[in-house]
Amino acid sequence: MAAAARFFIRGANSKLPISGIGTGAQSSFGATLLKLSPNCNPRTKTQRRHAAHFTYQPDPIPTQYGPTQKMNLFQSVTSALDNTLASDPTAVIFGEDVAFGGVFRCTVGLRDKYGKDRVFNTPLCEQGIVGFGIGVAVAGATAIAEIQFADYIYPAFDQIVNEAAKYRYRSGNMFDCGNLTIRAPWGCVGHGSLYHSQSPEAFFAHCPGIKVVIPRGPVQAKGLLLSCIADKNPCIFFEPKILYRAAVEQVPVETYTIPLSQAEILQEGSDVTLVAWGTQVHVMREVADMAQEKLGVSCELIDLQTILPWDVETVCKSVVKTGRLLISHEAPVTGGFAAEISSAVQEECFLNLEAPISRVCGYDTPFPHIFEPFYIPDKWKCFEAIKRMINY
Amino acid sequence: MLSNISNVVRVGVQRNGVAAVLSARTYADFTAQASFEIKKCDTHKLDEAPATEVVMTREEGLQYYRTMQTMRRMELKADQLYKQKIIRGFCHLYDGQEACAVGIEAAINLSDHLITAYRAHGYTYTRGGTVKEIMAELTGRRGGIAKGKGGSMHMYCKNFYGGNGIVGAQVPLGAGVALACKYMGNNELCVSLYGDGAANQGQIFETYNMAALWKLPAIFVCENNRYGMGTSVERAAASTDYYKRGDFIPGLRVDGMDVLCVREATRFAAEHCRSGKGPILMELQTYRYHGHSMSDPGISYRTREEIQEVRGKSDPISLLKDRMLSNNMASVEELKEIDVEVRKEIEDAAQFATTDPEPQLEELCNHIFYNNPPLEVRGTNPWTKLKSVS
Repeated sequence: MAAAARFFIRGANSKLPISGIGTGAQSSFGATLLKLSPNCNPRTKTQRRHAAHFTYQPDPIPTQYGPTQKMNLFQSVTSALDNTLASDPTAVIFGEDVAFGGVFRCTVGLRDKYGKDRVFNTPLCEQGIVGFGIGVAVAGATAIAEIQFADYIYPAFDQIVNEAAKYRYRSGNMFDCGNLTIRAPWGCVGHGSLYHSQSPEAFFAHCPGIKVVIPRGPVQAKGLLLSCIADKNPCIFFEPKILYRAAVEQVPVETYTIPLSQAEILQEGSDVTLVAWGTQVHVMREVADMAQEKLGVSCELIDLQTILPWDVETVCKSVVKTGRLLISHEAPVTGGFAAEISSAVQEECFLNLEAPISRVCGYDTPFPHIFEPFYIPDKWKCFEAIKRMINY
Repeated sequence: MLSNISNVVRVGVQRNGVAAVLSARTYADFTAQASFEIKKCDTHKLDEAPATEVVMTREEGLQYYRTMQTMRRMELKADQLYKQKIIRGFCHLYDGQEACAVGIEAAINLSDHLITAYRAHGYTYTRGGTVKEIMAELTGRRGGIAKGKGGSMHMYCKNFYGGNGIVGAQVPLGAGVALACKYMGNNELCVSLYGDGAANQGQIFETYNMAALWKLPAIFVCENNRYGMGTSVERAAASTDYYKRGDFIPGLRVDGMDVLCVREATRFAAEHCRSGKGPILMELQTYRYHGHSMSDPGISYRTREEIQEVRGKSDPISLLKDRMLSNNMASVEELKEIDVEVRKEIEDAAQFATTDPEPQLEELCNHIFYNNPPLEVRGTNPWTKLKSVS
């Protein structure tokens, strides 16, 4: 299988000299986008319109996986990819501009370290990238594809839903593309407008055969990404792009995995269960503090982490205890993944519920350009929902 | 390119190379029209080729100059406003590629149709949008051409279908518009533009097939600015002969830095379409001075020297300017005057774009569906109902 990667030499052929990665002069589209995003640049905090809608709270330093290093989210993704390329000779990484580090700098230095036959640029053709990735994976190699923005994943929708997800089933388990992992920057970024802000997880949650994972910070990103890569099912790994630079934690240097389909209880509580994933976890942390402070309400905060297949048990157990559930995501409310959680919990915990399950989500509109601050399910909207549930 | 032979057709007072004092000259002093030898287009599956000797009148020249200069200044202003964080979001600038938009527009009618991707400011202007409307759209204000709701990538006006965010997705739409033109039998055509990056998207090839199969009056234009985001054409395309990639569709490779080349090629292509021969493909070889978008400094995958060289040797505006001056079609002062007027127009527009109010909050939910009476849209949670009209 080690030879699998050799097939890709041609695709990576570089006819023009390009400046080296990590030279310092190297910058990128996404990186600068993030520099401009509010949470990363204190100077912009004075501009009210662009004030961040959350405060990032780092996780405690993990001790069980050996030495750690300070990393932000994109560096922890790089670290996970680095570990994978080092330990798995069949692993290849490809996508638009990934050879120079990718627009969000997630693959910086990997081409130089592992060669242009293992980390290479593709043309702009999302459907082709995913289809190609399925082929690479079905041949036995570890394929890690990058779609430059989650908003651009739709041209590849057919390949993911019809080809990747159904491969194992339709071949009676003879073929599968479990070695495929698709990474894509996801979620709002402060000023991304219609085509650089979407959260499409619910579209894929409707598709048996793939796993959908979203981390809340650097430590989870690395552990979950390594789990996705190791998992024997095609996985979509959405990275909250607003956190790429804003989220900094001590991340283990070595390989470690965080189990998929397992939600994490970040804070125990007794009155309301809060469920979120990605960036919204940090909004919810603040909401939990506000509820405690202003209402004396104790919130249990759950980071779902894996959207499909999701951890029904952890959520339901919590709701049995608290009797109330608030789910929040950035995607539009109708048909969002909160709807599925709400419905499942209602079936399981009907007699335990003290109030109707609440959803605080994005509006049923396209992701708006200048109206982003209104669209975002911020802490105030979530706080209102808690008040309503408590007073029900 | 500048060393092209130019034949002065009608000579007023010939003062080649002399910088005369403007006040001493009258309108009649200038050459009214001149013919120019332009670069020959490469052709694919064509028996004929666009002419290599073309005539440009003084009025045309001045008009092209003004339009290109307006585009250039508008983009530079947008760059400035973006850096001041007045324009937010994604913003793709067109400076360097002006000859493409102006040349195409000079050879088709405003009643013809045009669709492009997200590098849309220039075409919005040539299609009839005003600088004010464009700038106000960039800043997300009420007076914007899409009511401030679209931003940089999404601008529209009559017979201009945008302004599309997904790479390559606009090309099939263009073929659909061309079908409508054919069906209506009104002798109109549709120009569909895409970049060298988009040329590798699968749907482009699906579209070539449909357009050729049904002989649609479609001009496919690949604006090859040498880089698809940060990847140069050589590293992204198995064949960089974009004009040949329609295979069964005839093609032209055109110097996209020369407005006259683009105009002549487009004229040829439009005649091809209107005569019922079906689609035609044009590759315009051009260059963008800015990065792919505002967050790309544009120098990590190409050298500053490369950009400087293009600017120095084949800038579309300088090229036109030199042609006009060396043929006594305009004076330096006259062009400067145009520059001053353009600058003023841009400044006024920028002023408007920064002071015009933002759209009202109700606009957030409007125009999602066609609906009458107004539709209720869920906001934040299922019980918040907002009114949506269109």
